[in-house]
Amino acid sequence: MNPPSLDRRLLMERSVRGRRGSSLPPLDVPPQPLPPEEHLRGDLELPEVSEGEVVRYFTHLSQLNFSVDTHFYPLGSCTMKYNPRVNDELAQLPGFSQLHPLQPEETVQGALKAMYRLQGFLAEIVGMEATSLATMAGAQGELAGMLMLRAYHLSRGEADRRIVLVPDSAHGTNPASATMAGFRVVTVPSDDRGNMDMDALKGACTGELAGLMLTLPNTLGLFETNILEICRTVHQVGGLVYGDGANMNALLGRAKLGELGFDVLHLNLHKTFSTPHGGGGPGAGPVAAGPLLAPFLPSPVVERHVDGDGRERYSLATPEHTIGKVAAFHGNFGVALRAYAYIRSLGAAGLREVSENAVIGANYLLSQLKEEYHLPYDRPCMHEVVFSARRQKARGVRALDIAKRLIDYGIHPPTMYFPLIVEEALMVEPTETESKETLDHFIQVMKAIAVEARENPQVVKEAPHHTPNSRLDEARAARRPDLRWRGVGQAAPSGV
Amino acid sequence: MDQGRLSSPYIPNTHDDREAMLQAIGVESAAELFRDIPEAYREPSLILPSPLSELELQRELQALADLNKSTDRIPSFLGGGAYHHFIPAVVRHITGLGGFATAYTPYQPEVSQGTLQVAYELQSLVCQLMGMEVANAGMYDGASSLAEAALMACRVTGRGRIAVLDTVSHRYLSVMKTYAEPQGLEVYVTSPGSARVEEGTACLVVQHPSFYGYLEDLEALERVAHSQNALLVVSTDPVFLGMFRPPGEYGADIAVAEGQPLGVALSYGGPYCGLFTCKEQFLRQMPGRIVGKTVDTQGREGYVLTLQTREQHIRRERATSNICTSEALVGTAIVAYLACMGRVGLRHIAELTYHKAHYAASLIGQIPGYSLPFDGTFFQEFVVQCPIPPGEVNARLLDEGIIGGLDISDQVPQGLLLCVTEMNTRQEIEALAEALGRMGG
Repeated sequence: MNPPSLDRRLLMERSVRGRRGSSLPPLDVPPQPLPPEEHLRGDLELPEVSEGEVVRYFTHLSQLNFSVDTHFYPLGSCTMKYNPRVNDELAQLPGFSQLHPLQPEETVQGALKAMYRLQGFLAEIVGMEATSLATMAGAQGELAGMLMLRAYHLSRGEADRRIVLVPDSAHGTNPASATMAGFRVVTVPSDDRGNMDMDALKGACTGELAGLMLTLPNTLGLFETNILEICRTVHQVGGLVYGDGANMNALLGRAKLGELGFDVLHLNLHKTFSTPHGGGGPGAGPVAAGPLLAPFLPSPVVERHVDGDGRERYSLATPEHTIGKVAAFHGNFGVALRAYAYIRSLGAAGLREVSENAVIGANYLLSQLKEEYHLPYDRPCMHEVVFSARRQKARGVRALDIAKRLIDYGIHPPTMYFPLIVEEALMVEPTETESKETLDHFIQVMKAIAVEARENPQVVKEAPHHTPNSRLDEARAARRPDLRWRGVGQAAPSGV
Repeated sequence: MDQGRLSSPYIPNTHDDREAMLQAIGVESAAELFRDIPEAYREPSLILPSPLSELELQRELQALADLNKSTDRIPSFLGGGAYHHFIPAVVRHITGLGGFATAYTPYQPEVSQGTLQVAYELQSLVCQLMGMEVANAGMYDGASSLAEAALMACRVTGRGRIAVLDTVSHRYLSVMKTYAEPQGLEVYVTSPGSARVEEGTACLVVQHPSFYGYLEDLEALERVAHSQNALLVVSTDPVFLGMFRPPGEYGADIAVAEGQPLGVALSYGGPYCGLFTCKEQFLRQMPGRIVGKTVDTQGREGYVLTLQTREQHIRRERATSNICTSEALVGTAIVAYLACMGRVGLRHIAELTYHKAHYAASLIGQIPGYSLPFDGTFFQEFVVQCPIPPGEVNARLLDEGIIGGLDISDQVPQGLLLCVTEMNTRQEIEALAEALGRMGG
């Protein structure tokens, strides 16, 4: 990381009246009568900076981040792998990036064909019947999936199915999505092996059950060994099983959720299928469904038609019992294109290589670190491993401190304090694109921090030491929200 | 030469690396690590096309792209929620910077100050643009922003009904219904001229300029909404705000917009970024990521994600929303665009758009058989009533190498919604008018 710079001034604080950051054409039509004055705004305060200053400012800011390009980033449940640059480039071909979403279908046949084929690839990978690419993020995919459960039960006259089961290890979006779809959430505990507690599940499966939301492998990085029985149990009382596909990197070519008994699921294209995470989006969360729920998919989906002389034509269509639209247009097409390119570049064998290497890497970390860090579930993991810092906590060093200390060694922290059922959780997902040398370095650093936690805890508790900012006062940020630049007069930091 | 396919360039492990790791793990083969999967379901058949090298991949995608007629090659007069505007080269350069593109949600603020400061910039500039007090760091798109705004109004007021003007985009209305109705909220439609807000209504939802391109009477609508203690929710266009009074000056309680026009490629509908703002008093009911400025242990200013107790990862089923993405990289493009455009540039783009759209409307309005059915002020879009069905008009325009407008004959008889921006040259506008003229009468 570059040494911290002092110049953190905002654009408005860099603004100098009269500077220009773009070159714009003159008006080439006769000027038209202006609208009534009362509709026009006064001066709009926006920054005035030159183009070169814009580039330097943003380049400088980008260097304040840790990123996959610059650092090992084992952030659990996020799949921070290398995403091929060619896929970014291809998504930006003018023939794709300059298409208006409402163009006549005959002018967008290439785009529709790519979408249609991707729908098929994704359905094949997870063992489902049909896919909609309309949902713009994983959480929106969850919401759509829950709305599909709701619509399905309503279509059968079963409006009293109001309960959705969510494991206690689930990502917070699961209960939030189920609630947004109008369901009541009931939490199912995990057992001491990290699986869903089967007795609790059976007890919760009543005639009021709409369905179960389940991440597979679960957020402990473990494959639910009772998965077949879980799906059977839910189905027996008329419920449906929703799959959160956040962890699909572990299962590519290894198991198909549709075959295991899932009725519907979403995929995170930005995690598994190669869209860079962008600092928090854009991603995409396509929904794939089996035969029961396919007619309820969000609109639109792409259909293929073959006419008499064998010519193919693609069109946007509305599934028969669709839950409706979730986006203004057709979802995050640019993200879908990257997934298309990724799957085409790897093929079936390449996808199996992904899951195999992701799982080997995580188990390698598990095997090398379980002496120093408590392993709450001592069994082979899938693509990620969850440790607990409870031994270190006994000496006053928390998971947070270990995470921050990793920064000093040039490693992005793992996910902390999640899943909630693991005390002082540190969730590590190495991904298949990291080399053994990188994993060995991480192991060495984690061991060194474990030693520091015993011998020099203060250095861990005050970390990080070399970043542009040391630990920030989050309580103050929430108590006295300062959420925007408020004009000249605000104290400007001293510049360089 | 080895004729077989070389293994993936994205996976560094060699055979020896894998063997060494498997040995350290204490298993014979990788297959053992997957033994928790029920045996009959392991390694299912996976039928996908054969893999491609990068060169072959480029050819395949270029061939697909070539099947499309994109707006860089053919003039287009489409709007309806996505707008073709000029994007400076710098914007794409900045969003390509690995430090932005390959980072994730800034949970670790000490190593995410770049992402966080850009989000704070976005919140600041969006507030200035909208004339509003607070903004979040971004939503999925304009339609989902408006849906979330309506849900937020219901939380704020404790009421369960949502009044929507019939001049709001049908696409936006449809997304709102998807979001609202399962929660037991009622969405009903009312007309701007005789707008009524019934009892128990949380908000009046207005699109300004409307889906048809025209300014609504926001002053009157504000009175209608507030007289019933309902919130005024406004969906607007950000380039329009380069020239026209912002929703904050009309007393909007929540104001949202599709951010795409600000430097984001059309990309067949996404990814885009929803802009979301509200009055400060409603801050704690706002959905989405919010970035705040604070200080570190050494007293230096820095940024963090804040007010997270609203959010799903803390609050779970009691969160304000399930959203956890802010379309951050798209937000970065928007900040870069606004930085390049600046105070003068955005106004210039808005004025070019305004004058060109009005020039087009004046030419088309003079063609026998065509009329502009709506009075009032418009910005970049306007409705034309055609002498022949708009679908036919568009088909014939396409034959002449022009992508026409949006056929809205289901909403306005013989109605065609045309959009003109700074991207349309005088020549294109005159060619459109001439082509329409040949179909008239």
